[in-house]
Amino acid sequence: MKKPEMKKLLESIAVPVLAVLIALLISGFIILAIGKNPIKAYGVLLHGAFGSKQAIIDTLIKTTPLILTGLAVGFGFRAGVFNIGAEGQMAMGALMAATFASNFGGLPPAVAIPLTMLIGMGAGAGWAAIAGFLKAKTGAHEVVTTIMLNWITTYVASFMVTGPLATGSGTPKSPEIAQSAQLPILMRVGAMELSAGILISIAAAVFMYVFLNKTTTGYEIKAVGFNPYAAEYGGISVAKNVVLAMAISGALAGLAGVTELMGVHHRFLGELSGGKGFDGISIALIGQNNPIGIIFAALLIGALRTGSNEMQFMGVSKYIVIIVQGIVIFLVAADRIVKAIYARKKVKE
Amino acid sequence: MDELRKDSRHSKLGGHDDHSEYAVEMIEITKRFPGVLANDRVTLRIKKGEIHAIVGENGAGKSTLMNQLYGLYHPDSGEIRIFGQKKVFTGPRDAIRAGIGMVHQHFMLVNTLTVAENVVLGNEPVKGVNFDLRKARQEVKELSEKYGLYVDVDAKIEDIPVGMQQRVEIIKTLYRGANIIILDEPTAVLTPQEVEELFEIMRNLQKSGKTILFISHKLNEVMEISDRITVMRGGRVTAELITKETNEREIARAMVGRDVVLKLDKAPHTPKEVVFEVKDLWVKDNRHLDAVKGVSFQVRKGEIVGIAGVAGNGQTELVEAITGLRKAEKGQVLFEGIDVTNKHPRVLREMGMTHIAEDRLKHALIKQFPAYYNVILGRHYKRPFANGAFLNHQEIKRYTAELMEEFDVRPRIIEHLGGNFSGGNQQKLVVGREIKAGPKFIVVAQPTRGLDVGAIEFIHRQILRMREQDVGILLISMELEEIFSLSDRILVMYEGQIMGEVRPEETTVEEVGLMMAGKRLEEIRGGKR
Repeated sequence: MKKPEMKKLLESIAVPVLAVLIALLISGFIILAIGKNPIKAYGVLLHGAFGSKQAIIDTLIKTTPLILTGLAVGFGFRAGVFNIGAEGQMAMGALMAATFASNFGGLPPAVAIPLTMLIGMGAGAGWAAIAGFLKAKTGAHEVVTTIMLNWITTYVASFMVTGPLATGSGTPKSPEIAQSAQLPILMRVGAMELSAGILISIAAAVFMYVFLNKTTTGYEIKAVGFNPYAAEYGGISVAKNVVLAMAISGALAGLAGVTELMGVHHRFLGELSGGKGFDGISIALIGQNNPIGIIFAALLIGALRTGSNEMQFMGVSKYIVIIVQGIVIFLVAADRIVKAIYARKKVKE
Repeated sequence: MDELRKDSRHSKLGGHDDHSEYAVEMIEITKRFPGVLANDRVTLRIKKGEIHAIVGENGAGKSTLMNQLYGLYHPDSGEIRIFGQKKVFTGPRDAIRAGIGMVHQHFMLVNTLTVAENVVLGNEPVKGVNFDLRKARQEVKELSEKYGLYVDVDAKIEDIPVGMQQRVEIIKTLYRGANIIILDEPTAVLTPQEVEELFEIMRNLQKSGKTILFISHKLNEVMEISDRITVMRGGRVTAELITKETNEREIARAMVGRDVVLKLDKAPHTPKEVVFEVKDLWVKDNRHLDAVKGVSFQVRKGEIVGIAGVAGNGQTELVEAITGLRKAEKGQVLFEGIDVTNKHPRVLREMGMTHIAEDRLKHALIKQFPAYYNVILGRHYKRPFANGAFLNHQEIKRYTAELMEEFDVRPRIIEHLGGNFSGGNQQKLVVGREIKAGPKFIVVAQPTRGLDVGAIEFIHRQILRMREQDVGILLISMELEEIFSLSDRILVMYEGQIMGEVRPEETTVEEVGLMMAGKRLEEIRGGKR
C-alpha cells in the first residue's frame, strides 16, 4: 500500500510546483513586454530573497505569520468552514495581547511569553468562534460573518490605538510590550532580527498535522467537513464541531498576530495585518490544506515578497509578484476544474 | 452458461443476416470506462413487437447498454441497427428521431406545468408564434385514449400520483413518435396495483405494435410481463431466455453466476420483551408540513417489524425522528422504557441503538474517508478505537480487516476510500459496522436498495441472524418482497399514518397493496365481510 500513497503524495506536490513554474513563465512574458529581461529579473528576485544572510532572515520573518494564517485557513477548509476572517482574528489577537503585555514587566519570560501567546490565541479563537456560533445556531454563512467581524476589528483597533492605548506621537500605536513578553531572538544580522516565531509557526504546523490525523477530535472535525449529515448520523455534533473548528482556526490566526507582536513590532500598530490574513487563503490553497505543504507555500510567498523589493530596483514593479501569486492560485484552483473536466471526458469516452 | 444460449441462432456477426425480424439489434457492443469494461461484446436482439426484459445485477452493464441505445453514450465498437437500418447516434435527439423513447427511473417532468404542457415540451404545437395549448391538449388526449393511458391533461404534475406521472412519461415518448420504448426500472416507485396497471398499459402498447424494453431486477415481474429475457452479468450477456421456457431460478443463476436462495428459511423465533416503542409520534418534513401523523408501534427483542409503503409517505421522516436526526414535534419515543424523544444520535448509540440509513451516501458513509475510518463512525471515540484523545490506528485497521472479511467487502483494501466501493460493498461496510456495534435495537431502512441478488441474500441473512440473537429490528422498505420475507409483523404507512398491522402469513400482497394506496385494514376486511 505504500506505492499508491507515494503516488498520491507526488501528485499533490506536482500541481503546486507546476503552477508556480507556469506562473513564472507567464509573468516572464509580462516582464518581457515591459522591456526588461525576465531571466535577469528573476535572478534578482531570487538573490533578493535568498542571496544573503540578511535576505534569508528577511524572508523567514515574512514567512512566519504567513505559515500561521495559512494553517488557520487550511484548518478551516479541512473542517468545511471558510474562515475568510483570519485578518481580523490576527489583529484581535495582537491587540488583546498588546493591551495586557505592556504590564507583564514583573513576570519572568517563562511565564510572560506563554501567557501573552495564550491571550492572543484566545482572542483570535473567541473572535472566530462568534462566526462559528452564528453558523451553528442560525446558519449564517461564515464568509459573511467573518468579513463583518473584520470590519469591526478595524474600527475597534483604530479606536484603541487612538484612544485608551494611544502612546507617543506620530502614527497611532500602543505602548511597547514588556521586555519579558518579547520572543527571544534566534539570529541578528544588521537591523534584521529573526525571532523564535518561526519555530512557533513550525510547531503549529506539526500540531495541526497531529491533531487532524491522530486524534478523535480531528477525526470528528474532518467528518463534519466532508459530510455533516453522516457525521450527525454517527453521533458527532455538527454544531459543536463547527464552533470548535472556527475557534481553532481563529486561535492559529491569533497566534500569527501575537508572534508578529512579540517577535517583530513589539507594539500594536493600529492597522490590520496588511493582507497577511488574506494571503493565508492563497497559501492554504497552494499548500493543499496540508500542514507541510502550507509551510512551503508560505515560504514561497514570503520569498516572493522579500525578493520583489530588490527586483523593484532594476525597474520591474514589485507587483509582478502579485501577478505571479494570482496565477499560481488560479492554476491551483483550476486544477480541480481541470481534473473534473478530465474525469468527465474519461467517462464520456 | 452456454447451454443457456437458447436463442443463439443469430449470434454470428455478418451482413447477410435477415434484419427484418428485429426492431433493435445491438451487435458486439463494447464500451469501456476508465478501469471498467462496462459492456464486453454484448449482442442484444429485440424482436418487433415483443416485450423484452433485460435483467442483471447492479453494475452488470444494463444502464450503459441502454444509454448507448438512447444516444447518451457512444459505443467503442459494435453496431446498432434500428429496424434493420444501421445507426450512429450522436445524442438522444438522433435516437428519438429513430423512434426510440426512454422512460427514466427518475422522471424528467416539470412539476409546475400541466400534463399536456409536459408532454409537448420541446416539440410544442404553435399557432403563428404562440404556443397552441388547445392543440396540445387535444393531441395528448387523443394519445392517452388511443393507448389506454389515463391521465388528466390539465392537472399539474406536482398534484398527480407517481403512477400517473409515469404514464405522462410514456405518453411523452409516444408523442415524439416512439416505436421502441425503454422502461428503466419502472416498477420501483409503484404500489402493486399500480404495477398491474402498468403491465396492462405495456400489453396495450404491445398490441398496437410497439416494442418494449423492460429493465428490471424483480424476477417475478419479469416472468409475468416479458416474452423474452436477456440476462447480463459483469458486462456480458450470460443468457438469452424465452420466458415461457424458463423459471426464476434459472434467471437468478445467470444473473449471479451461482445458485441463489430465493426464499429465505426463517426459523420460528419467539420475541421477548418490548425494547422499543413509539407513541403518537408527529414529525414535520423539510417544508414544515406534517409528514408523520400520530404513529404508534412497539418492537420486541428478537422481532422484525416491517414498515411497508410507497416512497414519500413519511417513512424517511419517521426513521430520522426516531434515530435523532430530525425533531419530533409531538409524541414519545421509548427505548427500553426510557424516554429518548429528540435525543442526539450519540446518546442513542451509547444506549445500544444503531441505524442502517436509507441513503448510504448522504448519511451512512463518508466518501472521502478510507474504509477504516468509515467502519468506526459512531464508535470512533471509544475503546478500543481510541486511547483517550488519540485514535488507535493499529486496532482500527485490524478491526477493519476483520469486518471486511466477515462481511465479504470487496476489494478487501482497508485504505480504499468509501466513495470508491461499489454500492453493494458500501452497503456491506455500513451493515457490518451497524451490526458489529452490537445493538439491542436496530433501525434498518431500505437495506437492499439498488443492490444485486447476491448482496441482497447476504444482507437478509445478516438481518435474520440478528433476530435470532434477540435484537429488536425495525425494517423500513419499499420492496414488498423484502417486507414479506423478513417481517414478523407488517405495518403499512400511507400519508404519515399506519393503515393497519398484519402478519405476513395471514395477509396477501393485494391487501398490503390496498393499504399502501390509502385503504385502512378495517375498510378492506370490513368490506369483504
